[in-house]
Amino acid sequence: MIAYIVRRIAYAVPILVGVNLLTFVLFFVVNTPDNIARSQLGDKRVTEEAIQSWKQAHGYDKPLLFNVEAQGSQKFTETVFFDKSVRLFAFDFGRSDSGRDIGHDISQRMWPSLAIAVPTLLLGLLVNISFALTIALFRATYFDLWAVVFCVVLLSVSTLFYIIGGQFLLSKMFHLVPISGYDTGLDATKFLILPVIIGVIGGIGSGTRWYRTIFLEEIGKDYVRTARAKGMSEVRVLFRHVLQNALIPILTGVVVILPLLFMGSLITESFFGIPGLGSYTIDGIQRQDFAIVRSMVFLGSALYILGLLLTDISYTMVDPRVRLS
Amino acid sequence: MLSKLSGCLVIAGFAVGLVSVTTDSHSTWNNPYTSSDANKNILYSSFEERPKHLDPVRSYSSDEYSFIAQIYEPPLQYHFLKRPYTLIPLTVVDMPTVNYFTDSGEEIDGRETARIAYSEYQFRINPAIRYQPHPALARGADGGYLYHALSADKIAALHGLADLTEQGTRELIAEDYVYQIKRMADPHLHSPLTGVMGEYIVGFAELGSALVSARKALGPGQYLDLREYPLSGVQVVDRYTYRIRVRGKYPQFLYWQAMPFFAPMPWEADLFYSQPGLEEKNITLDWYPVGTGPFMLTENNPNLRMVMERNPYFHGETYPTGGEDDDRENGLLADAGRPLPFIDRAVYSLEKETIPRWNKFLQGYYDNSGISSDSFDQAVQFNVQGEAALTDEMRERGMNLATSVSASIYYMGFNMRNPVLGGDSEPARKLRRAISIAVDFEEFISIFTNGRGIPAQGPLPPEIFGYRSGREGINPYVYDWADGKPRRKPVSEAARLLVEAGYPNGVDAQTGNPLVIHFEAVARGPDDKARLNWIRKQFSKIGLQLVIRPTDYNRFREKMLNGSAEVFMWGWNADYPDPENFFFLLYGPNSKVEAQGENASNYQNPEFDRLFERMKNMDNSPQRQEIIDQMMTIIRRDAPWIWGFHPKSFALFHSWYHNVKPNLMANNTLKYTRLEPQLREKRRTEWNQPVLWPLGLVGGVIVISIIPAVVSFRNREKRTAL
Repeated sequence: MIAYIVRRIAYAVPILVGVNLLTFVLFFVVNTPDNIARSQLGDKRVTEEAIQSWKQAHGYDKPLLFNVEAQGSQKFTETVFFDKSVRLFAFDFGRSDSGRDIGHDISQRMWPSLAIAVPTLLLGLLVNISFALTIALFRATYFDLWAVVFCVVLLSVSTLFYIIGGQFLLSKMFHLVPISGYDTGLDATKFLILPVIIGVIGGIGSGTRWYRTIFLEEIGKDYVRTARAKGMSEVRVLFRHVLQNALIPILTGVVVILPLLFMGSLITESFFGIPGLGSYTIDGIQRQDFAIVRSMVFLGSALYILGLLLTDISYTMVDPRVRLS
Repeated sequence: MLSKLSGCLVIAGFAVGLVSVTTDSHSTWNNPYTSSDANKNILYSSFEERPKHLDPVRSYSSDEYSFIAQIYEPPLQYHFLKRPYTLIPLTVVDMPTVNYFTDSGEEIDGRETARIAYSEYQFRINPAIRYQPHPALARGADGGYLYHALSADKIAALHGLADLTEQGTRELIAEDYVYQIKRMADPHLHSPLTGVMGEYIVGFAELGSALVSARKALGPGQYLDLREYPLSGVQVVDRYTYRIRVRGKYPQFLYWQAMPFFAPMPWEADLFYSQPGLEEKNITLDWYPVGTGPFMLTENNPNLRMVMERNPYFHGETYPTGGEDDDRENGLLADAGRPLPFIDRAVYSLEKETIPRWNKFLQGYYDNSGISSDSFDQAVQFNVQGEAALTDEMRERGMNLATSVSASIYYMGFNMRNPVLGGDSEPARKLRRAISIAVDFEEFISIFTNGRGIPAQGPLPPEIFGYRSGREGINPYVYDWADGKPRRKPVSEAARLLVEAGYPNGVDAQTGNPLVIHFEAVARGPDDKARLNWIRKQFSKIGLQLVIRPTDYNRFREKMLNGSAEVFMWGWNADYPDPENFFFLLYGPNSKVEAQGENASNYQNPEFDRLFERMKNMDNSPQRQEIIDQMMTIIRRDAPWIWGFHPKSFALFHSWYHNVKPNLMANNTLKYTRLEPQLREKRRTEWNQPVLWPLGLVGGVIVISIIPAVVSFRNREKRTAL
């Protein structure tokens, strides 16, 4: 397994280089280093000297991808791309264009993201699995039909609608929870209730349909028929056999998103004023802070690759028939 | 079955009842703040965008000034109540003295403008002003600084400045002001004022060059003691006096002295923050201010919340005892002579979205709020005279509305280098004037700003010296005076001018081709479509074809810099209340294309430039007004801009918020704010009682849904297979 993990990590390097290159090219197609300098220095009373000085101080005074004037390998290494990219592979994110340490900011902002993402994931799993099991129990009835219709309706609604609707009803009309904000420690609880509820409700439609499909597939298998033939009750069949075997795709599906929980939610964090990594990314894009955008894309890609690797490993753990080679 | 169902409903009802009973009838569930702070003298407000810089040499935006202007104290400030805006001493004993010198060093009278080679400003600060408590100023028993040589281990263990428990203070001295001016000259700090001050302060540019060399020799991350580098034009005279020498006569220099750029900086803070390792913890002077002002930043989390608390060492200041005629009547002098500040703490929460911000204001959790377009109709209505007033809903809540015309202008500019639209030929002038009449900015204000603005008659907004109101203040090329107010000339007049310009019905009389004009638009999304369509429609009123070229702000800026734009919209916020700060937007040598200056339309008129050069060095006087009138006549005739509008700011305040008088120049007004926390708490409790029946309803629905499922399942389980 170790050899497999090492090989996968080695495969990840060119992927990350590619992602980084793509981000770099896309960003600099619409922005020049001068634009970045101007957006950091402001519009008023900015002189050309100030722009050149800023670029020099922040390492944007070199050619972007290829240095014609340099010799040998320095044609590639004496560039903005090389300077800004290499250190990322050591997870040294450097400083944002406005001067803050990105690594420090990430270490501070991942906790609020996790504070929303973890309970939303766990509660969502509980609700979705329970609901899907109930539907599976009443499969091929009107309840099944209307439940599926209900799920389709839920998944057709925009997340933004859930957020605004939730804020309007629970906070504005009924005064049950704060409309937005965040705090540290246990004081954060009251701010998390609404985003977590909305996150769970927003995920019911797609989650339940997916799990229902998995359960129905398992229910149709021979071992389930055998269990019923042995006189087992439907509840025991569902919970002892169907649920246990259906957990394989469920678990692997969950494992792949676990690392991405750090990255937070762009819209939810912005609307609820949660200082997580999602709103950090949005801030970086809006401020044209290339250092933040590049770091967050790199981190997201690395975590996604990690998620896929963990999924493969988790397969071997939950299904003894699978071997990594 | 029914009995089971009713039993479940009883349980659900009991649960809700239990929650109601156990809930204190005076508590609110949606309070985002700690309940123990309920009756405290704390201001609650919000900020929309994370500040970029809190270092006074770098910060240059109103968002950032709302924090640092309460912490840092430049030598001067604007009087809170007096209008027109008046500079008064803040940390200095009196207004600075100014002496004028010729090249040979002879002292001359300030009226001999042509002979003045240097102006020398002398500032004498009040003794016994002390800095806020700060670790950089903490000293041990032996008198040595405690935290100026932190070990790597100590720095590694730091999470924030609060981890350094010892704090100290010291007296403010003249050298601190000089130190800050030297910081401004340091290219390493990228101060936006380096360029402007380099033109005026003697020795400023030379110091910048010397510091570049010094930093190269020193290496990154090491402290550079600016005290060792002389700045010839800025001198410490004695412990409390310093002197600044500027080139020529520059009366506007005093306005800069009311901005945080010129606030004092203790060298100890610079040294403290330059210790290696602190920057990696985001513990920098750019994020943790050290000032002498009424407040100090005690919680600095720009991603969530910024908290300022009363500075225990504040030197003391009292509420103004005089103002304008109606200030007493409006209750603005009720606190006259009382010591400032009135509040103990100010909590600013990051609130990016308008909906939550507005609702929290309505719930009483923010003490003040702006009004977004979404909420405008809910908050404000216009009476038959066109005056803005609060809606009944807002009045019932006891809110107050404060409106003021900003010292800003949004204009539509013509690129004067363009061969068709630009230039100083009479046909080109007539074409620009025709378009100026056709583009109806009254309608623009009404549709796109909810009526929040006044049409501009020239570059100067009201309350700036040189502005004329009434009949004599109108732009006669666009407006007539009728029924006691300006009335836009009819479109037929624009059509007539177009014929005279050689473009009857928008067709070039010589070539027979339609005149196509390109408009550079910064378009961010679908919301801009209506605005752009409206602009196109204005041009089509006189038969002109307008091609909209939507772009992002970066491309727009590039086009402005290289002069490829034809028509564009832009704006300007004043730095200080002087006509020079608006007219310089049309001064030839400030051309955007030629000098990367602020003259975006690249307007050049030698007569205007000559008058500008005379006017900018004059004190406000009838002679200055006369020159301004002449300048106004020239630019109205030449019409390099469609003058657009001066935006009006609308702000709402709860009934417990006192001493509101919009001051568009002063940023340090938090100290004048007075609150009634008990009234606020009472209103919050009234307005935010939790409504519990929906919880019971949801619980009931779930229970009712489960019962038939359980019953059905049991029946199925009991059923025989055959």
